[in-house]
Amino acid sequence: MKAFTYERATSAKEAASAAVRTPGAKFIAGGTNLLDLMKLQIETPQHLIDVNGLGLDKITPTSEGGLRVGALVRNTDLAADARVRKDYGVLSRALVSGASGQLRNKATTAGNLLQRTRCPYFYDTTKPCNKRQPGSGCAAIGGFNRNLAIMGTSEACIATHPSDMAVAMRVLDATVETVNAAGETRAIPIADFHRLPGATPNIETSLAPGELITAVTLPKPIGGTHIYQKVRDRASYAFALISVAAVIQPGGRGRLAFGGLAHKPWRVEAAEAQMPNGAKATASAVLAGARTTSQNAFKLPLVERTIGAVFEEAKH
Amino acid sequence: MHHDETFPVSRRGVIAGGVASATLAAAPVARAQTQGTAQSTPPTMPVTLKVNGRTTKLNVDTRTTLLDALRENLKLTGTKKGCDHGECGACTVIVEGRRINSCLTLAVMHEGEEITTIEGLGTPEKLHAMQAAFVKHDGYQCGYCTPGQICSAVATLGEIKAGIPSHVTGDIAAQPTVSTDELRERMSGNICRCGAYANIIDAIHDVAGTERTA
Repeated sequence: MKAFTYERATSAKEAASAAVRTPGAKFIAGGTNLLDLMKLQIETPQHLIDVNGLGLDKITPTSEGGLRVGALVRNTDLAADARVRKDYGVLSRALVSGASGQLRNKATTAGNLLQRTRCPYFYDTTKPCNKRQPGSGCAAIGGFNRNLAIMGTSEACIATHPSDMAVAMRVLDATVETVNAAGETRAIPIADFHRLPGATPNIETSLAPGELITAVTLPKPIGGTHIYQKVRDRASYAFALISVAAVIQPGGRGRLAFGGLAHKPWRVEAAEAQMPNGAKATASAVLAGARTTSQNAFKLPLVERTIGAVFEEAKH
Repeated sequence: MHHDETFPVSRRGVIAGGVASATLAAAPVARAQTQGTAQSTPPTMPVTLKVNGRTTKLNVDTRTTLLDALRENLKLTGTKKGCDHGECGACTVIVEGRRINSCLTLAVMHEGEEITTIEGLGTPEKLHAMQAAFVKHDGYQCGYCTPGQICSAVATLGEIKAGIPSHVTGDIAAQPTVSTDELRERMSGNICRCGAYANIIDAIHDVAGTERTA
Protein backbone atom coordinates (compact mmCIF):
# COMPACT_ATOMS: atom_id res chain seq x y z
CA MET A 1 0.00 0.00 0.00
CA LYS A 2 1.28 3.50 -0.82
CA ALA A 3 1.58 5.93 2.09
CA PHE A 4 -1.23 8.44 2.61
CA THR A 5 -2.34 11.11 5.04
CA TYR A 6 -5.71 10.73 6.78
CA GLU A 7 -8.36 13.03 8.20
CA ARG A 8 -11.78 12.58 9.78
CA ALA A 9 -14.38 14.86 8.20
CA THR A 10 -17.05 16.42 10.40
CA SER A 11 -19.47 17.74 7.77
CA ALA A 12 -20.41 16.66 4.24
CA LYS A 13 -19.54 20.05 2.76
CA GLU A 14 -16.19 20.09 4.56
CA ALA A 15 -15.46 16.57 3.27
CA ALA A 16 -16.23 17.67 -0.30
CA SER A 17 -14.04 20.79 0.12
CA ALA A 18 -11.14 18.71 1.44
CA ALA A 19 -11.48 16.36 -1.52
CA VAL A 20 -11.24 19.22 -4.01
CA ARG A 21 -8.43 20.98 -2.11
CA THR A 22 -6.16 17.97 -1.50
CA PRO A 23 -4.34 16.34 -4.42
CA GLY A 24 -5.00 12.62 -4.77
CA ALA A 25 -7.73 12.61 -2.10
CA LYS A 26 -10.42 9.94 -1.79
CA PHE A 27 -13.34 9.44 0.57
CA ILE A 28 -13.34 6.31 2.70
CA ALA A 29 -16.48 4.89 4.35
CA GLY A 30 -16.70 1.10 4.74
CA GLY A 31 -13.42 0.76 2.87
CA THR A 32 -13.99 -2.88 1.96
CA ASN A 33 -13.36 -2.31 -1.75
CA LEU A 34 -11.02 0.69 -1.54
CA LEU A 35 -8.53 -0.93 0.87
CA ASP A 36 -8.58 -4.14 -1.17
CA LEU A 37 -7.57 -2.10 -4.23
CA MET A 38 -5.03 -0.02 -2.29
CA LYS A 39 -3.23 -3.16 -1.15
CA LEU A 40 -2.81 -4.09 -4.82
CA GLN A 41 -1.80 -0.49 -5.68
CA ILE A 42 -4.67 -0.28 -8.16
CA GLU A 43 -5.93 2.65 -6.07
CA THR A 44 -3.14 4.89 -4.74
CA PRO A 45 -4.75 7.83 -2.91
CA GLN A 46 -2.36 10.27 -1.26
CA HIS A 47 -4.98 11.38 1.23
CA LEU A 48 -8.02 9.66 2.76
CA ILE A 49 -11.05 11.57 4.03
CA ASP A 50 -12.90 9.37 6.52
CA VAL A 51 -16.60 10.21 6.19
CA ASN A 52 -17.85 7.74 8.80
CA GLY A 53 -18.48 10.51 11.33
CA LEU A 54 -20.90 12.49 9.15
CA GLY A 55 -24.05 11.03 10.73
CA LEU A 56 -25.46 10.01 7.34
CA ASP A 57 -26.53 6.65 8.76
CA LYS A 58 -30.29 7.07 9.15
CA ILE A 59 -33.24 5.81 7.09
CA THR A 60 -36.03 8.38 7.21
CA PRO A 61 -39.42 8.74 5.50
CA THR A 62 -39.69 11.32 2.68
CA SER A 63 -42.60 13.70 2.21
CA GLU A 64 -43.47 11.78 -1.00
CA GLY A 65 -44.07 8.57 0.95
CA GLY A 66 -40.71 6.98 0.13
CA LEU A 67 -37.51 6.47 2.11
CA ARG A 68 -34.30 8.46 2.28
CA VAL A 69 -31.39 6.12 2.93
CA GLY A 70 -28.32 7.86 4.34
CA ALA A 71 -25.10 7.29 2.40
CA LEU A 72 -23.50 5.57 5.41
CA VAL A 73 -26.31 3.11 6.16
CA ARG A 74 -24.56 -0.27 6.21
CA ASN A 75 -25.75 -2.92 3.75
CA THR A 76 -26.84 -5.13 6.69
CA ASP A 77 -28.94 -2.36 8.23
CA LEU A 78 -30.60 -1.44 4.94
CA ALA A 79 -31.47 -5.09 4.24
CA ALA A 80 -32.82 -5.53 7.79
CA ASP A 81 -34.90 -2.34 7.97
CA ALA A 82 -38.54 -3.35 8.57
CA ARG A 83 -39.86 -0.79 6.06
CA VAL A 84 -37.46 -1.97 3.36
CA ARG A 85 -38.31 -5.63 3.98
CA LYS A 86 -42.03 -4.87 3.77
CA ASP A 87 -42.23 -2.37 0.88
CA TYR A 88 -38.97 -2.78 -1.05
CA GLY A 89 -38.36 -6.52 -0.72
CA VAL A 90 -36.35 -6.66 -3.93
CA LEU A 91 -33.78 -4.37 -2.31
CA SER A 92 -33.46 -6.49 0.85
CA ARG A 93 -33.17 -9.62 -1.29
CA ALA A 94 -30.51 -8.07 -3.53
CA LEU A 95 -28.46 -6.87 -0.55
CA VAL A 96 -28.39 -10.22 1.25
CA SER A 97 -27.42 -12.01 -1.97
CA GLY A 98 -24.23 -9.94 -2.16
CA ALA A 99 -20.83 -10.39 -0.48
CA SER A 100 -20.54 -12.00 2.98
CA GLY A 101 -22.00 -11.17 6.38
CA GLN A 102 -18.74 -9.54 7.46
CA LEU A 103 -18.57 -7.32 4.35
CA ARG A 104 -22.25 -6.32 4.51
CA ASN A 105 -21.71 -5.17 8.09
CA LYS A 106 -19.11 -2.66 6.93
CA ALA A 107 -20.09 -1.78 3.35
CA THR A 108 -22.22 1.34 2.96
CA THR A 109 -25.06 2.32 0.63
CA ALA A 110 -22.97 4.93 -1.21
CA GLY A 111 -19.86 2.76 -1.24
CA ASN A 112 -21.80 -0.12 -2.76
CA LEU A 113 -22.77 2.14 -5.69
CA LEU A 114 -19.13 3.21 -6.11
CA GLN A 115 -17.44 -0.19 -5.93
CA ARG A 116 -15.18 -1.05 -8.85
CA THR A 117 -15.53 -3.93 -11.30
CA ARG A 118 -14.08 -7.35 -10.42
CA CYS A 119 -12.89 -7.94 -14.00
CA PRO A 120 -9.75 -10.11 -13.49
CA TYR A 121 -7.67 -7.85 -15.75
CA PHE A 122 -8.59 -4.74 -13.77
CA TYR A 123 -7.11 -6.55 -10.75
CA ASP A 124 -4.02 -7.83 -12.60
CA THR A 125 -1.52 -4.96 -12.73
CA THR A 126 0.71 -6.89 -15.15
CA LYS A 127 -2.01 -6.73 -17.86
CA PRO A 128 -3.42 -3.85 -19.90
CA CYS A 129 -6.73 -2.38 -18.69
CA ASN A 130 -8.29 0.84 -19.97
CA LYS A 131 -10.21 1.24 -16.75
CA ARG A 132 -7.12 0.99 -14.53
CA GLN A 133 -4.68 2.64 -16.95
CA PRO A 134 -6.48 4.64 -19.66
CA GLY A 135 -5.14 3.93 -23.16
CA SER A 136 -3.33 0.71 -22.23
CA GLY A 137 -5.85 -1.57 -23.96
CA CYS A 138 -8.27 -4.25 -22.85
CA ALA A 139 -6.90 -7.68 -22.02
CA ALA A 140 -10.37 -9.00 -21.27
CA ILE A 141 -11.78 -8.79 -24.82
CA GLY A 142 -9.41 -11.46 -26.10
CA GLY A 143 -8.86 -13.07 -22.70
CA PHE A 144 -10.83 -14.85 -20.00
CA ASN A 145 -14.20 -13.12 -20.22
CA ARG A 146 -16.79 -15.73 -19.29
CA ASN A 147 -18.28 -13.51 -16.59
CA LEU A 148 -18.04 -10.20 -18.44
CA ALA A 149 -20.55 -7.91 -20.12
CA ILE A 150 -22.67 -8.53 -23.21
CA MET A 151 -24.71 -5.29 -23.23
CA GLY A 152 -23.52 -1.71 -23.74
CA THR A 153 -19.90 -2.77 -24.17
CA SER A 154 -17.24 -0.89 -26.13
CA GLU A 155 -13.94 -1.67 -27.84
CA ALA A 156 -12.28 -0.26 -24.73
CA CYS A 157 -14.01 -2.27 -21.98
CA ILE A 158 -16.35 -5.20 -21.36
CA ALA A 159 -16.35 -5.03 -17.55
CA THR A 160 -19.51 -5.55 -15.50
CA HIS A 161 -20.70 -3.56 -12.50
CA PRO A 162 -20.57 -6.02 -9.59
CA SER A 163 -23.30 -4.63 -7.33
CA ASP A 164 -26.54 -6.46 -6.53
CA MET A 165 -27.92 -3.54 -4.51
CA ALA A 166 -27.59 -1.13 -7.45
CA VAL A 167 -29.67 -3.45 -9.66
CA ALA A 168 -32.53 -3.31 -7.16
CA MET A 169 -32.11 0.47 -6.83
CA ARG A 170 -32.43 0.68 -10.63
CA VAL A 171 -35.66 -1.33 -10.73
CA LEU A 172 -37.05 0.88 -7.94
CA ASP A 173 -36.04 4.13 -9.76
CA ALA A 174 -33.96 5.41 -6.84
CA THR A 175 -32.31 8.83 -6.82
CA VAL A 176 -28.74 9.57 -5.68
CA GLU A 177 -28.36 12.78 -3.65
CA THR A 178 -25.01 14.56 -3.53
CA VAL A 179 -23.29 17.67 -2.21
CA ASN A 180 -20.22 19.46 -3.58
CA ALA A 181 -17.54 21.70 -2.12
CA ALA A 182 -19.67 24.81 -2.69
CA GLY A 183 -22.47 23.23 -0.67
CA GLU A 184 -24.64 22.74 -3.77
CA THR A 185 -26.85 19.65 -3.77
CA ARG A 186 -27.87 17.52 -6.73
CA ALA A 187 -30.34 14.65 -7.27
CA ILE A 188 -29.19 12.15 -9.89
CA PRO A 189 -31.63 9.48 -11.17
CA ILE A 190 -29.99 6.07 -10.70
CA ALA A 191 -30.41 5.46 -14.45
CA ASP A 192 -27.97 8.32 -15.11
CA PHE A 193 -25.62 7.65 -12.21
CA HIS A 194 -23.50 4.85 -13.70
CA ARG A 195 -22.02 5.29 -17.18
CA LEU A 196 -21.42 2.93 -20.07
CA PRO A 197 -17.70 2.40 -20.78
CA GLY A 198 -17.46 4.06 -24.20
CA ALA A 199 -13.91 5.34 -24.79
CA THR A 200 -13.42 6.30 -21.11
CA PRO A 201 -14.16 3.23 -18.96
CA ASN A 202 -12.07 4.82 -16.19
CA ILE A 203 -14.95 7.29 -15.62
CA GLU A 204 -17.65 5.13 -14.06
CA THR A 205 -20.20 7.56 -12.65
CA SER A 206 -21.61 11.02 -13.32
CA LEU A 207 -20.13 12.37 -10.07
CA ALA A 208 -17.90 15.44 -10.41
CA PRO A 209 -14.51 15.45 -8.64
CA GLY A 210 -15.06 15.92 -4.90
CA GLU A 211 -18.84 15.43 -5.15
CA LEU A 212 -20.03 13.39 -2.16
CA ILE A 213 -23.07 11.12 -2.02
CA THR A 214 -25.22 12.00 1.01
CA ALA A 215 -28.24 9.72 0.47
CA VAL A 216 -30.17 7.48 -1.88
CA THR A 217 -33.90 8.15 -2.07
CA LEU A 218 -36.49 5.48 -2.82
CA PRO A 219 -39.80 6.63 -4.34
CA LYS A 220 -43.02 5.61 -2.61
CA PRO A 221 -43.69 1.85 -2.67
CA ILE A 222 -45.13 0.45 -5.92
CA GLY A 223 -46.52 -2.81 -4.49
CA GLY A 224 -46.27 -5.96 -6.58
CA THR A 225 -44.26 -9.13 -6.03
CA HIS A 226 -40.59 -8.44 -5.34
CA ILE A 227 -38.02 -10.98 -6.53
CA TYR A 228 -34.23 -10.94 -6.83
CA GLN A 229 -32.93 -13.96 -8.70
CA LYS A 230 -29.13 -14.28 -8.75
CA VAL A 231 -27.42 -16.96 -10.84
CA ARG A 232 -23.81 -17.65 -9.85
CA ASP A 233 -21.15 -20.34 -9.86
CA ARG A 234 -21.57 -21.18 -6.17
CA ALA A 235 -24.54 -20.85 -3.84
CA SER A 236 -23.17 -18.03 -1.68
CA TYR A 237 -20.52 -15.30 -1.63
CA ALA A 238 -19.98 -15.04 -5.40
CA PHE A 239 -20.62 -12.38 -8.02
CA ALA A 240 -23.56 -12.83 -10.38
CA LEU A 241 -23.22 -14.46 -13.78
CA ILE A 242 -26.53 -12.74 -14.26
CA SER A 243 -29.12 -11.44 -11.83
CA VAL A 244 -32.69 -10.23 -12.27
CA ALA A 245 -34.40 -7.71 -10.00
CA ALA A 246 -38.14 -7.86 -10.61
CA VAL A 247 -41.27 -6.13 -9.38
CA ILE A 248 -44.24 -7.90 -10.93
CA GLN A 249 -47.80 -6.65 -10.73
CA PRO A 250 -50.99 -8.71 -11.04
CA GLY A 251 -51.54 -9.50 -14.73
CA GLY A 252 -47.82 -9.93 -15.35
CA ARG A 253 -46.83 -6.33 -16.00
CA GLY A 254 -43.95 -4.87 -14.07
CA ARG A 255 -40.30 -3.91 -14.07
CA LEU A 256 -37.04 -5.80 -14.61
CA ALA A 257 -33.41 -4.79 -14.11
CA PHE A 258 -30.33 -6.96 -14.63
CA GLY A 259 -26.92 -7.45 -13.08
CA GLY A 260 -23.96 -9.19 -14.71
CA LEU A 261 -24.91 -7.95 -18.18
CA ALA A 262 -23.32 -4.52 -18.43
CA HIS A 263 -21.03 -1.82 -17.07
CA LYS A 264 -24.06 -0.52 -15.15
CA PRO A 265 -27.29 -1.99 -13.79
CA TRP A 266 -29.13 -2.86 -17.02
CA ARG A 267 -32.75 -1.92 -17.57
CA VAL A 268 -34.67 -1.55 -20.83
CA GLU A 269 -37.98 0.09 -19.94
CA ALA A 270 -39.37 -0.49 -23.47
CA ALA A 271 -38.82 -4.24 -23.09
CA GLU A 272 -41.07 -4.33 -20.02
CA ALA A 273 -44.12 -4.03 -22.29
CA GLN A 274 -43.29 -7.59 -23.42
CA MET A 275 -43.55 -9.06 -19.92
CA PRO A 276 -47.15 -10.30 -20.30
CA ASN A 277 -46.01 -12.07 -23.52
CA GLY A 278 -43.60 -14.30 -21.62
CA ALA A 279 -39.90 -14.83 -21.01
CA LYS A 280 -38.82 -15.37 -24.61
CA ALA A 281 -40.38 -12.14 -25.90
CA THR A 282 -39.10 -10.20 -22.89
CA ALA A 283 -35.55 -11.56 -23.09
CA SER A 284 -35.40 -10.88 -26.80
CA ALA A 285 -36.35 -7.23 -26.23
CA VAL A 286 -33.92 -6.83 -23.30
CA LEU A 287 -31.03 -8.37 -25.22
CA ALA A 288 -31.39 -6.42 -28.48
CA GLY A 289 -27.92 -5.33 -29.56
CA ALA A 290 -26.07 -7.87 -27.39
CA ARG A 291 -22.41 -8.45 -28.21
CA THR A 292 -21.08 -11.72 -26.89
CA THR A 293 -17.73 -13.51 -26.87
CA SER A 294 -17.24 -17.25 -27.34
CA GLN A 295 -17.07 -17.57 -23.55
CA ASN A 296 -20.02 -15.48 -22.41
CA ALA A 297 -22.63 -16.19 -25.12
CA PHE A 298 -24.23 -18.58 -22.59
CA LYS A 299 -25.63 -15.50 -20.88
CA LEU A 300 -28.21 -15.04 -23.69
CA PRO A 301 -30.21 -18.22 -22.97
CA LEU A 302 -29.47 -17.81 -19.26
CA VAL A 303 -31.23 -14.43 -19.24
CA GLU A 304 -34.33 -15.93 -20.88
CA ARG A 305 -34.42 -18.88 -18.49
CA THR A 306 -33.90 -16.71 -15.43
CA ILE A 307 -36.68 -14.35 -16.53
CA GLY A 308 -38.83 -17.48 -16.96
CA ALA A 309 -37.98 -18.62 -13.44
CA VAL A 310 -38.82 -15.17 -12.06
CA PHE A 311 -42.19 -15.12 -13.86
CA GLU A 312 -42.93 -18.59 -12.52
CA GLU A 313 -42.02 -17.58 -8.97
CA ALA A 314 -44.25 -14.50 -9.22
CA LYS A 315 -47.27 -16.75 -9.83
CA HIS A 316 -46.90 -18.42 -6.41
CA MET B 1 -5.16 -13.36 28.48
CA HIS B 2 -1.44 -12.94 28.00
CA HIS B 3 -0.19 -15.21 25.31
CA ASP B 4 3.45 -14.91 26.36
CA GLU B 5 2.78 -16.05 29.93
CA THR B 6 0.84 -19.10 28.81
CA PHE B 7 3.39 -20.24 26.24
CA PRO B 8 6.91 -19.16 27.29
CA VAL B 9 8.45 -20.41 24.04
CA SER B 10 5.91 -19.54 21.40
CA ARG B 11 6.00 -20.51 17.75
CA ARG B 12 5.43 -16.85 17.01
CA GLY B 13 8.56 -15.89 18.98
CA VAL B 14 10.69 -18.23 16.92
CA ILE B 15 9.20 -16.95 13.65
CA ALA B 16 9.59 -13.32 14.71
CA GLY B 17 13.28 -14.00 15.49
CA GLY B 18 13.77 -15.36 12.02
CA VAL B 19 12.13 -12.35 10.42
CA ALA B 20 14.24 -9.99 12.53
CA SER B 21 17.51 -11.49 11.28
CA ALA B 22 16.27 -11.31 7.69
CA THR B 23 15.41 -7.64 8.21
CA LEU B 24 18.88 -6.91 9.58
CA ALA B 25 20.51 -8.38 6.52
CA ALA B 26 18.28 -6.32 4.22
CA ALA B 27 18.58 -3.08 6.18
CA PRO B 28 21.55 -1.46 4.38
CA VAL B 29 19.81 -1.92 1.02
CA ALA B 30 16.60 -0.37 2.35
CA ARG B 31 18.53 2.62 3.70
CA ALA B 32 20.29 3.13 0.40
CA GLN B 33 16.97 3.14 -1.46
CA THR B 34 15.49 5.63 0.96
CA GLN B 35 18.41 8.01 0.51
CA GLY B 36 18.35 7.64 -3.26
CA THR B 37 14.68 8.59 -3.65
CA ALA B 38 14.62 11.08 -0.75
CA GLN B 39 11.41 9.51 0.60
CA SER B 40 9.91 11.13 3.67
CA THR B 41 8.74 9.15 6.69
CA PRO B 42 5.28 7.61 6.12
CA PRO B 43 2.50 9.55 7.91
CA THR B 44 1.49 8.28 11.35
CA MET B 45 -1.61 8.95 13.47
CA PRO B 46 -2.45 8.44 17.14
CA VAL B 47 -5.39 6.10 17.77
CA THR B 48 -6.98 4.71 20.92
CA LEU B 49 -8.13 1.10 20.56
CA LYS B 50 -10.42 -0.58 23.08
CA VAL B 51 -9.76 -4.26 22.62
CA ASN B 52 -11.30 -6.90 24.89
CA GLY B 53 -12.04 -4.26 27.52
CA ARG B 54 -8.52 -2.88 27.57
CA THR B 55 -7.70 0.59 26.23
CA THR B 56 -4.38 1.17 24.46
CA LYS B 57 -3.04 4.32 22.86
CA LEU B 58 -1.02 3.67 19.74
CA ASN B 59 0.75 5.74 17.14
CA VAL B 60 0.44 3.88 13.85
CA ASP B 61 1.40 4.28 10.21
CA THR B 62 -1.92 5.32 8.64
CA ARG B 63 -1.72 2.22 6.42
CA THR B 64 -1.97 -0.14 9.39
CA THR B 65 -5.04 -2.33 9.11
CA LEU B 66 -6.98 -3.19 12.24
CA LEU B 67 -5.71 -6.75 11.75
CA ASP B 68 -2.07 -5.69 11.75
CA ALA B 69 -2.61 -3.39 14.75
CA LEU B 70 -4.10 -6.30 16.70
CA ARG B 71 -1.35 -8.73 15.76
CA GLU B 72 1.76 -6.57 15.48
CA ASN B 73 1.11 -3.69 17.89
CA LEU B 74 -1.08 -5.33 20.54
CA LYS B 75 0.43 -8.83 20.09
CA LEU B 76 -3.04 -10.37 20.00
CA THR B 77 -2.11 -13.05 17.51
CA GLY B 78 -5.28 -15.11 17.91
CA THR B 79 -6.78 -13.18 15.00
CA LYS B 80 -5.28 -14.65 11.83
CA LYS B 81 -4.18 -13.22 8.50
CA GLY B 82 -5.29 -15.46 5.66
CA CYS B 83 -5.92 -13.81 2.29
CA ASP B 84 -5.69 -10.20 3.59
CA HIS B 85 -8.43 -9.28 1.06
CA GLY B 86 -11.71 -10.10 2.84
CA GLU B 87 -12.22 -13.38 1.04
CA CYS B 88 -11.36 -15.98 3.71
CA GLY B 89 -12.72 -14.62 7.01
CA ALA B 90 -9.71 -15.74 9.12
CA CYS B 91 -9.36 -12.15 10.40
CA THR B 92 -12.97 -11.83 11.59
CA VAL B 93 -13.37 -9.82 14.80
CA ILE B 94 -16.39 -8.21 16.45
CA VAL B 95 -16.48 -4.39 16.41
CA GLU B 96 -19.30 -2.57 18.20
CA GLY B 97 -21.23 -5.85 18.23
CA ARG B 98 -20.77 -6.54 14.50
CA ARG B 99 -18.45 -9.08 12.87
CA ILE B 100 -16.14 -7.55 10.26
CA ASN B 101 -13.02 -8.46 8.29
CA SER B 102 -10.26 -6.74 10.27
CA CYS B 103 -7.97 -6.89 7.21
CA LEU B 104 -10.22 -4.52 5.20
CA THR B 105 -10.37 -1.66 7.65
CA LEU B 106 -7.78 0.76 8.98
CA ALA B 107 -6.85 0.89 12.66
CA VAL B 108 -7.30 4.69 12.64
CA MET B 109 -10.94 4.21 11.60
CA HIS B 110 -11.75 2.57 14.97
CA GLU B 111 -10.94 5.31 17.48
CA GLY B 112 -12.62 4.40 20.79
CA GLU B 113 -14.74 1.57 19.37
CA GLU B 114 -15.32 -1.67 21.32
CA ILE B 115 -13.38 -4.47 19.65
CA THR B 116 -13.63 -8.13 20.64
CA THR B 117 -11.13 -10.71 19.39
CA ILE B 118 -10.96 -14.44 20.06
CA GLU B 119 -8.85 -13.63 23.15
CA GLY B 120 -11.73 -11.57 24.51
CA LEU B 121 -14.41 -14.21 24.02
CA GLY B 122 -12.93 -16.77 26.40
CA THR B 123 -9.72 -17.99 28.02
CA PRO B 124 -8.13 -21.47 28.14
CA GLU B 125 -9.49 -21.78 31.69
CA LYS B 126 -12.95 -20.43 30.90
CA LEU B 127 -13.93 -21.10 27.31
CA HIS B 128 -16.75 -19.23 25.60
CA ALA B 129 -19.66 -21.57 24.87
CA MET B 130 -18.83 -21.43 21.15
CA GLN B 131 -15.18 -22.31 21.77
CA ALA B 132 -16.25 -25.27 23.94
CA ALA B 133 -18.69 -26.41 21.23
CA PHE B 134 -15.97 -26.26 18.55
CA VAL B 135 -13.80 -28.50 20.79
CA LYS B 136 -16.69 -30.87 21.52
CA HIS B 137 -17.70 -31.23 17.85
CA ASP B 138 -14.17 -31.23 16.43
CA GLY B 139 -14.94 -28.08 14.44
CA TYR B 140 -11.40 -27.66 13.10
CA GLN B 141 -8.30 -29.49 11.96
CA CYS B 142 -5.30 -27.18 11.51
CA GLY B 143 -7.03 -24.44 13.52
CA TYR B 144 -5.92 -21.49 11.40
CA CYS B 145 -9.43 -20.38 10.40
CA THR B 146 -10.88 -21.23 13.83
CA PRO B 147 -10.63 -17.84 15.64
CA GLY B 148 -12.37 -16.19 12.69
CA GLN B 149 -14.94 -19.00 12.48
CA ILE B 150 -15.74 -18.67 16.20
CA CYS B 151 -16.04 -14.86 16.15
CA SER B 152 -18.19 -15.14 13.04
CA ALA B 153 -20.37 -17.88 14.57
CA VAL B 154 -20.98 -15.92 17.77
CA ALA B 155 -21.99 -12.85 15.74
CA THR B 156 -24.09 -14.95 13.35
CA LEU B 157 -26.34 -16.16 16.17
CA GLY B 158 -26.62 -12.53 17.30
CA GLU B 159 -27.63 -11.45 13.78
CA ILE B 160 -30.36 -14.11 13.58
CA LYS B 161 -31.63 -13.08 17.04
CA ALA B 162 -31.65 -9.42 15.92
CA GLY B 163 -33.90 -10.38 12.97
CA ILE B 164 -31.37 -9.64 10.21
CA PRO B 165 -32.47 -11.60 7.11
CA SER B 166 -30.22 -13.69 4.87
CA HIS B 167 -30.27 -14.89 1.27
CA VAL B 168 -32.02 -18.13 2.29
CA THR B 169 -34.62 -16.58 4.61
CA GLY B 170 -37.96 -17.72 3.17
CA ASP B 171 -40.12 -14.78 4.15
CA ILE B 172 -37.86 -11.74 4.06
CA ALA B 173 -40.20 -9.80 6.37
CA ALA B 174 -40.37 -12.56 9.04
CA GLN B 175 -38.07 -13.31 11.98
CA PRO B 176 -35.33 -15.68 10.73
CA THR B 177 -34.66 -18.92 12.63
CA VAL B 178 -31.51 -20.96 13.34
CA SER B 179 -31.67 -23.58 10.59
CA THR B 180 -28.83 -25.48 8.93
CA ASP B 181 -29.46 -23.62 5.66
CA GLU B 182 -29.32 -20.28 7.48
CA LEU B 183 -26.04 -21.15 9.22
CA ARG B 184 -24.40 -22.38 6.00
CA GLU B 185 -25.39 -19.21 4.15
CA ARG B 186 -24.43 -16.83 6.94
CA MET B 187 -21.05 -18.50 7.52
CA SER B 188 -20.07 -18.38 3.82
CA GLY B 189 -17.56 -15.59 4.48
CA ASN B 190 -15.39 -17.99 6.52
CA ILE B 191 -13.38 -20.50 4.51
CA CYS B 192 -11.96 -23.69 6.06
CA ARG B 193 -9.38 -25.35 3.82
CA CYS B 194 -9.44 -28.46 6.01
CA GLY B 195 -13.16 -28.78 5.29
CA ALA B 196 -14.47 -28.96 8.87
CA TYR B 197 -17.72 -27.32 7.79
CA ALA B 198 -20.09 -30.09 8.90
CA ASN B 199 -18.65 -30.08 12.42
CA ILE B 200 -18.62 -26.27 12.55
CA ILE B 201 -22.35 -26.30 11.74
CA ASP B 202 -22.89 -28.90 14.50
CA ALA B 203 -21.00 -26.71 16.99
CA ILE B 204 -23.11 -23.63 16.18
CA HIS B 205 -26.33 -25.65 16.38
CA ASP B 206 -25.22 -26.93 19.79
CA VAL B 207 -24.76 -23.40 21.14
CA ALA B 208 -28.09 -22.30 19.66
CA GLY B 209 -29.88 -25.36 21.11
CA THR B 210 -31.02 -26.48 17.65
CA GLU B 211 -30.29 -29.53 15.50
CA ARG B 212 -28.76 -30.05 12.07
CA THR B 213 -31.44 -30.86 9.51
CA ALA B 214 -29.41 -31.90 6.47
